[in-house]
Amino acid sequence: MKLEFPIFQIINEEGQLTDEKYKERMTEDLVKKFYYNMVRIRTFDRKAISLQRQGRLGTYAPFEGQEASQVGSALALEKDDWVFPTYRDHGATLTFGANMARTYLYWNGRVEGCVPEEGKKIFPPAVPIATQLPHAAGAAMAEQRKGTKNAAIAYFGDGATSEGDFHEGLNFASVFQAPVIFFNQNNGFAISVPIEKQMNSKTVAQKAIAYDMPSIRVDGNDVFAVYFQTREGLDRARNGGGPTLIEAITWRYGAHTTADDPTKYRNQSDSDKIREAQDPLLRVECYMKRNNLWDEEWVAKMIGEVTSEIEQAIKEMEAFPKPNVNDLFDYVFEKPVWPITKQKEQYFQLNGRED
Amino acid sequence: MAISREKLAEVYDTKTHQLTLVQAITDGLSIMLKEDEKVLLLGEDIGKNGGVFRATDGLQEQFGEGRVIDTPLSEAGIIGTSIGMAINGFKPVAEMQFLGFIYPAYEQIMTHVSRIRMRTMGHYTVPMVIRAPYGAGIRAPEVHSDSVEALFTHMPGIKVVCPSSPYDAKGLLIAAIEDPDPVLFLESMRIYRSTRGEVPKEKYTVKIGKGRKLKDGDDVTLITWGAMVPVVMKAAQQAEKQGMKCDVIDLRTLYPIDKDIIAESIQRTGRAVIVHEAHETGGLGNDIVSIINDTSFLYMKSPIERVTGFDVPVPFFALEEHYLPTPQRVFKAIEKVMHF
Repeated sequence: MKLEFPIFQIINEEGQLTDEKYKERMTEDLVKKFYYNMVRIRTFDRKAISLQRQGRLGTYAPFEGQEASQVGSALALEKDDWVFPTYRDHGATLTFGANMARTYLYWNGRVEGCVPEEGKKIFPPAVPIATQLPHAAGAAMAEQRKGTKNAAIAYFGDGATSEGDFHEGLNFASVFQAPVIFFNQNNGFAISVPIEKQMNSKTVAQKAIAYDMPSIRVDGNDVFAVYFQTREGLDRARNGGGPTLIEAITWRYGAHTTADDPTKYRNQSDSDKIREAQDPLLRVECYMKRNNLWDEEWVAKMIGEVTSEIEQAIKEMEAFPKPNVNDLFDYVFEKPVWPITKQKEQYFQLNGRED
Repeated sequence: MAISREKLAEVYDTKTHQLTLVQAITDGLSIMLKEDEKVLLLGEDIGKNGGVFRATDGLQEQFGEGRVIDTPLSEAGIIGTSIGMAINGFKPVAEMQFLGFIYPAYEQIMTHVSRIRMRTMGHYTVPMVIRAPYGAGIRAPEVHSDSVEALFTHMPGIKVVCPSSPYDAKGLLIAAIEDPDPVLFLESMRIYRSTRGEVPKEKYTVKIGKGRKLKDGDDVTLITWGAMVPVVMKAAQQAEKQGMKCDVIDLRTLYPIDKDIIAESIQRTGRAVIVHEAHETGGLGNDIVSIINDTSFLYMKSPIERVTGFDVPVPFFALEEHYLPTPQRVFKAIEKVMHF
């Protein structure tokens, strides 16, 4: 099966073009946009871990190493498309336009972090694994009924492919030819369980055969490969060609979450070797240098902008008004029901009102 | 040849018709499909086949495959895609073929349907209805007869309703579809076709959260819903013959329960018998005991009795009549609270 699903790549580990077909579309603007967004989300991610260590954020799920998969796929979307992420896809949602301060807020235990910017169709991160796949199929079926060209993308990891909802989501999208991209980031591990113990299948992509659905394996550390293949799937979806499964092969450098120690289940020095060989940012840097697009001044300025944006977002997150206890009770139903009203009153009788 | 009263009513009174409970559901669905183009039906065998109980009979033919959708055999898929449609502007009415088959979808309901409003502070909502035939007593194969309303009344963020008459079925269904929040709509298979009742042809709603008094009496309050209503009514009639006057409440909504109708009655009678076919432990009867405790403790003349299914899986049908509460068991409970 690995032979039937070769890994699609546009630039290799040294930043060399391996597929000339896309050369013309790889404009300087696009390359810089990729690099900027990957630097931005990596900085966001590292900052989140550091904030967690300082006790300024709760448990956090880092994505460092997966930037090409997240940026490439998110930049392929149009503004009216739907995004159904997991808790490890903030790189994708930030690239798509999620508010950064609110993204940090989510990891600070604040529900406000799930409220998207007006007009941005971003669903809150799915925590129960694979449950978002049928949602993406449903949102896409709704777009079909509205007669739009909008599509949906669902993000999920390799572990998610073992869940029933993975198959139910793919099957629905396939039966109804819904405009969905099922974007799998195969990072080799579901917390501690390696892919070999997750599935006997040699690839994730082959699972699409069962649904008669186009699928492809891409080098998930090659932002160009991810971007152009996601675009292709989206174009097909918008034109009635139904869903696509993309398996982006990538690697998570760090822990599953800040509450986990990866040295218990994998050799982190091997992980470091993968990082040295495959890093998605380094690869674009090499490509830029080879093609005389690397401009130290632009890079320095860009890094400065990213740093100050992130500092600003953290300030905003920390200055956010403290949580309102009314919110504990007021959003369960549109109109309150008596048991909740009674419990709310009892709470305030005991604790007093703050406002 | 005599013409039945029902037939006469149908001929002369064009404002109502005589329908079974399941026909009243079809009627309600049809009205809402006609009125609101955002309403969609999804489920297994609901299209061409009209549903295994014919609840959606003829609707696909009338409204098309785009709105009455035969889905794959996939409960989590049905609820999951309905969520996607609901957050994207539609009002899905999803059919679970039997409540006993809802379990694969439980995760979707518990982790998404019931909490999307809360976790997005109202940005995304799920105005959907999940219809599910429930209950034993029709000699169905195993697992088809579960009555697990308590799994859902325990779940914050979803309303649960359970009509016992054709009139209430249509009115509650329309109210559920119009409700801005998710509603689980339980349909008793045992009374789907057991009787007919007068149902207005036009659109109307029955308010969610309101019980209904079926019978007035000052000696004992009988509280029940759905398939147990006829059982309780039989017991009440028997009790009446022996001079024990029963106040019978059909709750109709299981979350949020109409506590006022319970309190008003209990404070007159001082005695209560609660009847449900679901298992006793963790059953909704316990919540009703709590409501009585909270609202009417000092009015009580005797301990509350519960007549319920046992703490055993709903059995194969050869034993189901022994599992289900019977008028005799209810009558015994009435006697017990009367003679305390």
